[in-house]
Amino acid sequence: MSAPAPSLPRRRFPLKRWWPIAILAVFVLTAICAPLLAPYDPNAQNLVGRLKPPGTASRSFHYWLGSDELGRDLLSRIIYGTRVSLLVAVLSVLLSGAFGTALGLIAGYRRGWVEIAVMRIADVFLSIPAVLLAIITVAVLGPSLVNVVLVLALTRWPRYARVAHAQTLATAGMAYVENAVLSGGGNARILFRHILPNIAGTLIVVATLEFGLMVLFEAGLSFLGLGVQPPTASWGSMLSTGRNYVATAWWVATLPGLCLFALVLTVNLTGDAVRDRLDPHFR
Amino acid sequence: MVGFLLQRAGQAFVTIFGVATLIFFVQRLTGDPTYLLVPETATQADIEALRHALGFDRPLIVQYLGFLADLARFDLGQSVVQRVPVVDIIASRLPYTLMLAGGALTVACGIGIPVGILLALFRDSAAAKAAAGFVLAAQSMPTFWSGILLILLFAVTLGWLPPSSTGGFSHLIMPSIALGLLSMATFARITRAALIEEFTRDYVRTARARGVGPVRILLRHVAKNAAIPVITVAALEISNLLAGAVIVETVFAWPGLGQVTVQAILARDFLVVQGVVMLGALVTIGLNLLSDFLYSVVDPRIALGGGR
Repeated sequence: MSAPAPSLPRRRFPLKRWWPIAILAVFVLTAICAPLLAPYDPNAQNLVGRLKPPGTASRSFHYWLGSDELGRDLLSRIIYGTRVSLLVAVLSVLLSGAFGTALGLIAGYRRGWVEIAVMRIADVFLSIPAVLLAIITVAVLGPSLVNVVLVLALTRWPRYARVAHAQTLATAGMAYVENAVLSGGGNARILFRHILPNIAGTLIVVATLEFGLMVLFEAGLSFLGLGVQPPTASWGSMLSTGRNYVATAWWVATLPGLCLFALVLTVNLTGDAVRDRLDPHFR
Repeated sequence: MVGFLLQRAGQAFVTIFGVATLIFFVQRLTGDPTYLLVPETATQADIEALRHALGFDRPLIVQYLGFLADLARFDLGQSVVQRVPVVDIIASRLPYTLMLAGGALTVACGIGIPVGILLALFRDSAAAKAAAGFVLAAQSMPTFWSGILLILLFAVTLGWLPPSSTGGFSHLIMPSIALGLLSMATFARITRAALIEEFTRDYVRTARARGVGPVRILLRHVAKNAAIPVITVAALEISNLLAGAVIVETVFAWPGLGQVTVQAILARDFLVVQGVVMLGALVTIGLNLLSDFLYSVVDPRIALGGGR
């Protein structure tokens, strides 16, 4: 490591970095307020108005973004689909993050056979391609929203465990931690009050990167019919039905895909901003 | 060097063993794996018969040892639906997936590496800024959406390429692009980072001071060193491409392993799914080992315990 530059002013979070977070907030608000924003019930069918292009009206419906193969309003389904995407991503990141971090912390602090066992098991999970592990587990458990969350957590915890382990190893040898040990701090206190706050920044960076991936995974599983089950609106399953009508009704697949792309892009940009702010290694 | 590789190979073996164990237990997450293998219309007598035929009524430890013994003989069992060995099904579909992954890797390296060079060397040019936007977009693009957009543009609107299924070279173009875009972004980022790091080294400064031209510095001095991380990433990206093929093959009705997996899940043909997952893990472990090997060839310090 080179010597730090003399008295670099601590950079504020630049204003232009805020816009991805603002757009992300719009997605979150859309998900929370879905019943207020959606013009129609996302599952209300209108078989007379099947596959109507954007901007047409049929019976009591006015399809701003067109209708799907059962005459359901695409705009309402996209708005409700935001809920599924964000809910699955938030829950699976929290679950895998908490589990992986706890194991990584213990492995890095206890060392010995605990460390070997945890890190070997993490290696095993990481050597099965995540998509395949998710597929085989859903095939066993059966598809549902809860199972998708469980499967994603099961698949992704080793990412956090590895980072938490490496960071704990680096932190546990520091003087202030040894000081805490000498002062008679208990193991739990040292782990959660002294080590965890120090490594939290890096873990949050990993979590934001994982968040975008989880959104993509949920959509991918739903696309394959292994995610949230119909009639619940999910962007992935909308894309999958839209794939069948791509020659005649472009909007059914294109528009949910655009939302998915926009959400992942915003999450990735937010992740970059958070990383620049929290993780000194990437500056 | 040999010791280092032996140690890595030993670790890989332990990991394969762990993967087999994990899959064995995932299979039993809901209790009795027989239910994964019978159609929903099966009677209780059918279920009993199949349970006995497959040995699922034996003690768990006996089943586990039997499972490992079968794997060691590359026996992945028989497809309950098609009544053919799973190994045969995989062997008949594997060439298609390899073709697709090869096409995608060509797209990923062919675009990603030049874009990475552009990003590193001409950082402030308008072209580099546009390329950075392209890389960021590709990174956030779900393969099934880019696949559908490609079909919409080149098959439906322009009519240049066939929308799906297999045939000649023209059928391979769109699936390869859809699958390769995400890896392209990875290659671009790694190439950029590797080049920027190498350009700060002392040997570059020395070469410059000796009056060596910028092109010669790039080709003769920097390229070789910057290639190390790119090669390692290539090995890891191949396993990502194989896994990503599951979704892309569904979009384009491409008759590879991915399609067979999805069909097997819908038909409740669990042993086929399990075989593909086992293969995916084996390939990943093998590629990791290969990248360790390549790494230690190009950078002998690693095998001597210099860490990584």
